Amino acid sequence: MPTTPDRPEEVSAGLIDVGYLPDDATALVAFLAIKLGKPILVEGPAGVGKTQLAKSLAETLGRELVRLQCYEGLDEAKALYEWNYRKQLLRIQAEAQDTGWTEVQDDIFGEEFLLERPLMTAIASPDPVVLLIDEIDKTDQEFEAMLLELLSDFQISIPELGRIEASTMPLVLLTSNNSRELTEALKRRCLYLWIDYPSLEHELKIVRLHAPELDEKISRRLVEVIAMVRDLDLKKPPSIAESIDWARALLLLGATDIDSKTFNETMSIIVKHRTDIDIVAERVGVKLDSAEDGSSAASS
Amino acid sequence: MPPPPDKRPSREASRRAALFSEPLENPLDAGLTAHLVEFGEELRGEGVALGTSELLDAFSALPEVAWNERTLFRETLATTLAKSPEDRAIFDLVFERFFFRATELAALTTGIGEAGSGEGEGEGEGGGNSEIDTEALREQIARAIAEQNESALRDLARLSIAAFAQPGEGSGVLGVDVQRIRRALGLRTDPQEGVPQDDPRAEGLPREGIRRFEQLLRQELERQQIERTSSLPAARPLHELDRALPSGPLQDLASVHRVVTQLKRRLKTQGQEHRGHRRHAQVDIRRTMRASLQTGGVPITLRYRPVRPRRPELFVICDVSTSVTSASVFFLSVMHALHDSFRKMRSFVFIERVSEVTEVFERERDFKAVSEAIARDAGVADISGYTDYGRVWGELLEQIQDELHPRATVIVLGDARTNGRAPGADLFAQIAARAGRTYWLNPEPRLYWNYGDSVIDTYAQYCEAYECWTTAQLENFVKVLTAPEATRP
Repeated sequence: MPTTPDRPEEVSAGLIDVGYLPDDATALVAFLAIKLGKPILVEGPAGVGKTQLAKSLAETLGRELVRLQCYEGLDEAKALYEWNYRKQLLRIQAEAQDTGWTEVQDDIFGEEFLLERPLMTAIASPDPVVLLIDEIDKTDQEFEAMLLELLSDFQISIPELGRIEASTMPLVLLTSNNSRELTEALKRRCLYLWIDYPSLEHELKIVRLHAPELDEKISRRLVEVIAMVRDLDLKKPPSIAESIDWARALLLLGATDIDSKTFNETMSIIVKHRTDIDIVAERVGVKLDSAEDGSSAASS
Repeated sequence: MPPPPDKRPSREASRRAALFSEPLENPLDAGLTAHLVEFGEELRGEGVALGTSELLDAFSALPEVAWNERTLFRETLATTLAKSPEDRAIFDLVFERFFFRATELAALTTGIGEAGSGEGEGEGEGGGNSEIDTEALREQIARAIAEQNESALRDLARLSIAAFAQPGEGSGVLGVDVQRIRRALGLRTDPQEGVPQDDPRAEGLPREGIRRFEQLLRQELERQQIERTSSLPAARPLHELDRALPSGPLQDLASVHRVVTQLKRRLKTQGQEHRGHRRHAQVDIRRTMRASLQTGGVPITLRYRPVRPRRPELFVICDVSTSVTSASVFFLSVMHALHDSFRKMRSFVFIERVSEVTEVFERERDFKAVSEAIARDAGVADISGYTDYGRVWGELLEQIQDELHPRATVIVLGDARTNGRAPGADLFAQIAARAGRTYWLNPEPRLYWNYGDSVIDTYAQYCEAYECWTTAQLENFVKVLTAPEATRP
């Protein structure tokens, strides 16, 4: 049952219900996007829950999620719509010899022969959906330009069929890893949300939400270690999903404390690069060792 | 459920109402509208690209939230106006400054003075700010920290400054004052005794919260200082980096890092831009045939071979003598941050002799450690510590002549000041002849070229010489370096 929230707090509460713990800015921007019908451009480092935000929003709003994963070389045929050539050819061949051209033409450029791609699906859907355009920075600028019509007017022009307008207003989220500068025109049409790695307290809450059985003391220690690891200059800093994975792994192993031994054994869950592993083992492992002497002061 | 299409006309209407400030439909009055437009103007002045549509968005967004709360108000404006992390940083600075000024101005014009700062000065010593109950203040702050109530914390910060920091008594150093007030307030992370059970202090306060409070204290103190001296430091934030490469022996490594990440990002997208421009590349027969299957064997859509960005083999040779040392460390660090973008890269440093440092950069990820390692191990300075180009070219030629080939690129960073020694231009010419391309980056402005002992023109006839003393120039150079082959003359 789709619902429309009236206050930012409702969005926040709804997201928490489905297991996503937003900070104030996130809840506010999501709320504004729903109210104003504007797309959100979400940026931030990898693994802070940008994609998850879209999924959770869809879940809490009771809408279907339509996802378009962007990649280099993505074009209209794969994002918007495509004519089903094979079916059209079959149709022409199956036609009796003396059918007039106009009839066939009218026929084969009908909706029956149209393959809907994600953007089209989102626009044409009778119920409002959440449209996630993931990693928009991976596409080229031509594609971005094509999105402009969609994002500001929520309509798509198909030469053979005419204009298709959205019957319902989709909630659009675009995510970007900031690997290239997006065009001003695109940014201008969006609300902007920057999600950074969460603060210690916030991440602790997230971990507690997803691994409630894990002892509070260990959870706290875990997020402290994660924060320490993120401070290092790594190729791929650990994401939030990975800290949750780690918490679950520790739970399975029945760990009672994160000392250097458990850390070295389970480190591969949060660090996934050969060189990174060396750096982390060297810097953090040592710290954990020295912390054991006066561990109570550091952990509480 | 209200059907969303209905929203659009009403959105338009509220926009218009906001713009022309018709009081009927919109709570924003003319005063605030004017202020916001002014605020937008100020943001533009600081270099944020702000369009009218963004301001309109802000106007239409504000009525949707309870914007009389400071955080909500700020976040709403931020999400509609500031569209990149850099813009956001500027936004925060301008927001603080602008609304602080606006309030002060309003207070002045309406004749409202602050009880704490205006009159407190006179009776502060004798009366001891009798109206502020310090124990209640302590408790309130502790509660606000525990609840993370930003607005309340800000107000409390002002109050506690009024209570504990008598004007004129400040040490002049903000950090000292902040610590003094914090101590007076008794904010600690460990549990405290002698307070009521439900008081958050009984369990100790979160470290993060206290830090945030300290930040607010510092901000407020800063404001008061501004007020006292009645001058605002109008420096343009975040832009000074563009003016020149960081210089001086202890450069700001964080800022170097920022430039490097920016460059890296630009470089990554470089190839794509060119791919778009050069569509008339070669037809890829295999992929075209494959695509034609969809249309019954008729090649309707042509597939092209992508134009790949050039990934040259790089030989970077860098002068590390004292005259150019800051620029060269910066340059080397940039080049090594860009390591992934190049197929193969070797780095050399020289003063009197030349020495390879590729491994040092691969091993160390920390700029500081790199420069220390180079200074310690490279052994490039023999006796005088002055650059000897003639000798360097000779040694370099010996080391790399077998590896140079037409696809290799040699980049020299140096000021071409020979200290009166032989330039060895013939040796340099041999290196340039063997390599495909040779560039010279001179960290001196073009104005100083060929003055004194600079012999850049002697070398420039064998290579392309660029001046490179701002980050913009460096970026231009990276573009030249990575542009696809075909675009180059």
